[in-house]
Amino acid sequence: MLTILFDGVAYGMILFVLACGLSVTMGLMNFINLAHGAFAMLGGYVTVLAMQRLGLPFLWALPAAFLAAAATGLVLERLVYRPMYAKSHLDQVMFSIGLVFMAVAGADYLMGSSQQFVHLPAWLSGRFDLAGIGVGRYRLFIIVLCGALAFAMQWGFTRTRFGSRLRAAVDDARVARGLGIPVNRLFALTFAFGSGLAGLGGALGIELMGLDPTFPLKFMIYFLIVVTVGGTSTISGPFFAAMLLGVADVTGKYLVPQLGAFIIYALMVVLLITRPHGLFARGRA
Amino acid sequence: MTYRRTVLKGMLGLALAASVSGAALAQDAVKIGLILPMTGPFASTGRQIAAAANLYIQEKGATVAGKRVELILKDDTGTADVTRRIAQELIVNDKVTAIAGFGLTPLALATAPLATQAKTPMVVMAAATGIITERSPFIVRTSQVVPQIGAPFGTWIAKQGTKRVITIVSDYGPGHDVESSFSEAFKAGGGQVENIRVPLQNPDFSPFLQRVADAKPEALLVFVPSGVGAQFMKQFVERGLDKSGIKLIGTGDLTDDDILNGMGDIALGVITAQHYSASHDSPENKAFVEGFKKSNPGMRPNFMAVGGYDGMHALYEGLKKTKGEGGEALVTAMKGMSWVSPRGPISIDPETRDIIQNVYIRKVERVNGELYNQEFETIPNVKDPTKAKK
Repeated sequence: MLTILFDGVAYGMILFVLACGLSVTMGLMNFINLAHGAFAMLGGYVTVLAMQRLGLPFLWALPAAFLAAAATGLVLERLVYRPMYAKSHLDQVMFSIGLVFMAVAGADYLMGSSQQFVHLPAWLSGRFDLAGIGVGRYRLFIIVLCGALAFAMQWGFTRTRFGSRLRAAVDDARVARGLGIPVNRLFALTFAFGSGLAGLGGALGIELMGLDPTFPLKFMIYFLIVVTVGGTSTISGPFFAAMLLGVADVTGKYLVPQLGAFIIYALMVVLLITRPHGLFARGRA
Repeated sequence: MTYRRTVLKGMLGLALAASVSGAALAQDAVKIGLILPMTGPFASTGRQIAAAANLYIQEKGATVAGKRVELILKDDTGTADVTRRIAQELIVNDKVTAIAGFGLTPLALATAPLATQAKTPMVVMAAATGIITERSPFIVRTSQVVPQIGAPFGTWIAKQGTKRVITIVSDYGPGHDVESSFSEAFKAGGGQVENIRVPLQNPDFSPFLQRVADAKPEALLVFVPSGVGAQFMKQFVERGLDKSGIKLIGTGDLTDDDILNGMGDIALGVITAQHYSASHDSPENKAFVEGFKKSNPGMRPNFMAVGGYDGMHALYEGLKKTKGEGGEALVTAMKGMSWVSPRGPISIDPETRDIIQNVYIRKVERVNGELYNQEFETIPNVKDPTKAKK
């Protein structure tokens, strides 16, 4: 049973890394970016290419995935996202879903439609027993890495100068500009960071969720569930939401497999009825 | 609606000839509409079949019964309403002699009424649920029927002395077919079976695998959409289940030739049942695989490809018999036809218009540095068991 809990936490961590980038862009920047999964897919493909063509070890491919997705995010933010900031949410949705379809078709054209695989180093595969819990090495690696990441992000947004400037820019861009805060650059960096996180999540997720050109569409619903349940105003919200959903999904499927995918939706409905603004929503003015 | 790209595969110099002499020649053409998912999640199916169909025409020449064969390839993206619309356009506007392809069951079912109405032969090259051929008297199938593989496999596994099996299938049509056909045959052979279904969109298999680990069956039968199988196997190995004495078995979709090599060593030793393996040992298959690899670098044919290749063969031979005539005559000509395909001897059942073929039991092994499904036992001439009962 504890093994199941462990698996659920690992799964939740992946969900968190994939989705928190989205809550950064969606919550902090107030931009509905459904193309988030496309950045995740990009990270995945960069990992695959880096490992298969360049022969990079897995651990080096991860930062490569982050950087590639972040760089793409930076360029796209400059070229196509920025003009969309002032548009209505519906426009943003239409625009970013269009990007998803382009990404799907592009990946299909460039990489082919079949599943891609990565081969993990030996020290990351297999598992060991720890006090009766079957601990998968790779899952443990994910938990440690993503846990550290979550902690660093929370610290970065609440305790650093960058974080406070960003929050200021989000709350009132005009006043922030007046105070000499470089709002555009801040947004560009934030967007790049969010995209980079998606890329990293995509890279880490290949082993658990697979990778093919339909990735952004297939998992869009999961990112959105995490962000909706977690709320978009904090980092801890999506974190606990991802944990909760990951564990609930895995245990639910273990105990009552007949219900299958339904559990995660049921949980979402219940949570949204009781906490309509997300788990840790601040009161919104 | 978006108008999907139309790819006209004019055959070599004939394309030029056609454009010059126009309408006069067009009447002497036999047009075959090939509708396949060339983009989207099932593009692998489309690519394999299209490649094999083109290979067939390349090898046998682009004329049959004195008429020029024109293959019109259209992409339906794997969506049923698109398939139906394209089929209609092909029948009405292009006046095709036959339609072929159909990557998935819903696509074939959506088109079946059109075939009946227009009396156009419809060759199913991929879709594999039992009911398809019953939906129109104009359907001929050259791929497979799921219970045709599942049932003999269940019997075979029971014969090996295996008593307890858990099945895990994706919760959709073909998954249910595998589950029921395998379980029924396995129980009839004296085995015990527990069935688990997983959602079609399932990112993480750990809860289901943990269930299996706790129940400790002798074997675990898996059916998930092609490609996902690899992920499943990885998690199976990650969990250490491969060392716990639980055998991983499945239908051939699990170790699809198209992606088997990418899976790596985790696939070694997996036992599957299927009607085709790229390593099938026969001169016909050697020639087929060689030709396929030559015209499609980097690919190797899988069971989808062989369905497309044999579908073209059925059409070619049928057209020879009818001297290029389509309609009912062509369907009648294809009924009862038998030949040696790259997969071994096959025939079209004259009553059900479904394929009768050998089912092979295979094991994944490394051959010359590549992974292959090595056939080691043959169950000859299997008919669709569900239709045989009726």
